[in-house]
Amino acid sequence: MDMLLKQKVAMLIICVAIFVFILELVRRRKLREEYSWLWLLTSLSLFFLVLKYDWLVSITKLIGAVLPTTTLFIGALIFLMALCVQFSVRISRLTDLVKNLVQENALLRDKIEEYLKEEKS
Amino acid sequence: MEMKERYKSLVIIPAYNEERHIAYIVARIRWMNRCSEVLVIDDGSSDMTARKARFAGARVISHLFNMGYGVALQTGYKYAFEKDYDFLVQMDADGQHHPAYIPKMIDILEKKDADLVIGSRFIYGMMKGNTGLCRYSMDFSKRLGVMLFSFVTTKITGIRVTDPTSGYQALNRKAIGLFIQDFFPNDYPDSDMIITAHRSGLKVKEFPMIMFENRMGRSMHAGLKPVYYTFKMFLSLFMIHIRKRHMAALCQRSVFHGD
Repeated sequence: MDMLLKQKVAMLIICVAIFVFILELVRRRKLREEYSWLWLLTSLSLFFLVLKYDWLVSITKLIGAVLPTTTLFIGALIFLMALCVQFSVRISRLTDLVKNLVQENALLRDKIEEYLKEEKS
Repeated sequence: MEMKERYKSLVIIPAYNEERHIAYIVARIRWMNRCSEVLVIDDGSSDMTARKARFAGARVISHLFNMGYGVALQTGYKYAFEKDYDFLVQMDADGQHHPAYIPKMIDILEKKDADLVIGSRFIYGMMKGNTGLCRYSMDFSKRLGVMLFSFVTTKITGIRVTDPTSGYQALNRKAIGLFIQDFFPNDYPDSDMIITAHRSGLKVKEFPMIMFENRMGRSMHAGLKPVYYTFKMFLSLFMIHIRKRHMAALCQRSVFHGD
């Protein structure tokens, strides 16, 4: 049971493309480093799993799956879930930050208005 | 009298698109107790709430955009904390709450009988002599929810809490110092905050009162929200339970802030 050469080449190209694309996004500051590592890690691990097909097979045996493709799918799902959780955590933090900013802004505006009033009188 | 003058008290009203009621409420509060300042927190309203409240004599601070009831409340707490108010009373902007209770609640705080006073519409229940005030009635599902959380809160804290969803509360500096921290929820600060306050060593007490019915019929708890509310509240109660050690640290911090 082995991968066809065509499949391998196609997968490797896809992996490299994703890797380069993410790096390029980071370089152009469209994507922050903090958010890129999960993507890079996934494309890298996919790359190695394609090169070292036996690893994939042994992982498949380890988790009790029948087909190596199942392992890949499960891996992809876990990756997507990890990404979503990462986003949720970031959004929670951002919500807190926005909350504090809005409150601070409201309080500061009040103070400024007070100062302006005092200055006028 | 001298004692009273030394204390600074503030009434806060979080308001979101309440232009129909806000002026009347503010005017009534100011008329019924002149010693308290009134602060309206305009939570990003798109109508004339801020202008009307200001015109009625309240101090108004405005959020840039709508952030939710809890955030607006906390802005009020932060304001009170910054400006060194000793006592704070929070009311809803829909006219459910009668300002006559403000001095009574502050009285309890002043006597140091409690750090957090919660106005309850259920203690009175059948009490007679409610001069012209109508009794509070609510639909079955809401009543059930209130009963559920009242039961849970009472069980956990050991204090009788009949109305954990009440928005009419009075806080002293210690309680304000606790609630300005980041764990304060953005949407519905109810049972969870009562329990947090209790866990942090604050004295919580209920105060019987009569509330008006919300005539607008536009409640914060409508649609699918009760389901979300129930779920979220149980989750926060569970979290409070497993965060015991964290709570002790919070308590120390708030006492440090408060005094």
